[in-house]
Amino acid sequence: MSDVRVLVGTRKGAFILTSDGKRQKWEVSGPHFGGWEIYHMKGSPANPDRIYASQSSSWSGQVVQRSSDGGKTWEAVDNKFLYDGVPGTHQWYDGTPHPWEFKRVWHLEPSLTDAETVYAGVEDAAIFRSTDGGASWKELAGLRGHGSGPKWQPGAGGMCLHTILQDHSNPQRMYIAISAAGAFRTDDGGGSWKPVNRGLHSLYIPDANAEVGHCVHRIAMHPARPNTLFMQKHWDVMRTDDCGENWREVSGDLPTDFGFVIDVHAHEPETIFVVPIKSDSEHYPPDGKLRVYRSRTGGNEWEPMTKGLPQSDCYVNVLRDAMAVDSLDSCGVYFGTTGGQVYCSPDAGDTWSPIVRDLPAVLSVEVQTLS
Amino acid sequence: MIRVTLPAHLRVLSGAGTEVRLEIEGVPTLHAVLDALEERYPMLSGTIRDHVTKQRRPFLRFFACSEDISHEPTERPLPDDVASGKEPLIIIGAIAGG
Repeated sequence: MSDVRVLVGTRKGAFILTSDGKRQKWEVSGPHFGGWEIYHMKGSPANPDRIYASQSSSWSGQVVQRSSDGGKTWEAVDNKFLYDGVPGTHQWYDGTPHPWEFKRVWHLEPSLTDAETVYAGVEDAAIFRSTDGGASWKELAGLRGHGSGPKWQPGAGGMCLHTILQDHSNPQRMYIAISAAGAFRTDDGGGSWKPVNRGLHSLYIPDANAEVGHCVHRIAMHPARPNTLFMQKHWDVMRTDDCGENWREVSGDLPTDFGFVIDVHAHEPETIFVVPIKSDSEHYPPDGKLRVYRSRTGGNEWEPMTKGLPQSDCYVNVLRDAMAVDSLDSCGVYFGTTGGQVYCSPDAGDTWSPIVRDLPAVLSVEVQTLS
Repeated sequence: MIRVTLPAHLRVLSGAGTEVRLEIEGVPTLHAVLDALEERYPMLSGTIRDHVTKQRRPFLRFFACSEDISHEPTERPLPDDVASGKEPLIIIGAIAGG
């Protein structure tokens, strides 16, 4: 039977949760890097023992860690993220030009095929690549070189590149998402990029249908259906079936279409999960009820998953990188909250139980299915 | 020999003990000490000062002989008592919290 390893990044360290395939009894390891913010940890699909972690603090800036033994030991690797050439400017909150400044790594995405290759999505928004296990980083400057960079602006959390999706069928194609610029696609391995935001409609920006400027919170893809993407935008749940060329709203009967996370069932490409959040000023679930909503129809028709989740007086948030699925036969779904709980559903959302209840605020959750 | 005291988080990150002892060629300055520190512990590069500009990270301060030298030129010679190892160069993190 396979095991699962859940990688949890929190405001004050990293935690590794392990279980067998039943996902009932868990061992908790951590805190690793206690006191540091761990924005993201992710294991390599090519070598599950290789894990990358983004470690940062307001005092000491950015550190990148890697493990070659499944998280038992770690080594700090290169933390030098230098923008290519003259960085230029993006829009500041007040609309004035503001120079690009590196702040932190939000997301680390290991290559599908090479454990030494890993992508980093950073704030201020850019994508970097390492091909030597994090020993050095180079910006894929074509993204900021697209020409729309001066129009990008930070969301409330900063101008972060938070999502990196690799097309399993086409190694030249990737998608990224930036808050608040939107989604971009490369078809040449990261050399050049184009915005793919047609169909997004954002009332909070001057031109609701602009080419860039949308606050995309998260994008998800099923590996077997790489032309279809699901998006949780600031407001609105969206989908595209043509690689981002055209998006349409699938919020349907959700109680609110604001939220951060979105993910796809490991074996059912039309089954998706979101956690509706009341509003952009009230970052907690509607009615104090923590509910995961599941659609088995690729959107529009949603059902609340509540069994085992608090249904009164719950006012936590679920941040954009804090949901993941495993690939066991009965697909497991996991998410972490700003209240420090990490929940697991071993049956695709039907029932939930907390793996841990009292961690620091959870920033990210990733899952490795280990054979 | 220069003695350097690191803030707790950087002690853990570097694996250094309570105090780092460094030999500096020539006149010891803050700049030279930080260069030597980062050479001994490469994982500290970028955590005390910016990789490129070499500016001190804003939430860290440098103290020598009970004096805050954070805003002094980094090429200025360190006090004799720090240069001789009698007193440590202290790198300290801002206190934050409730």
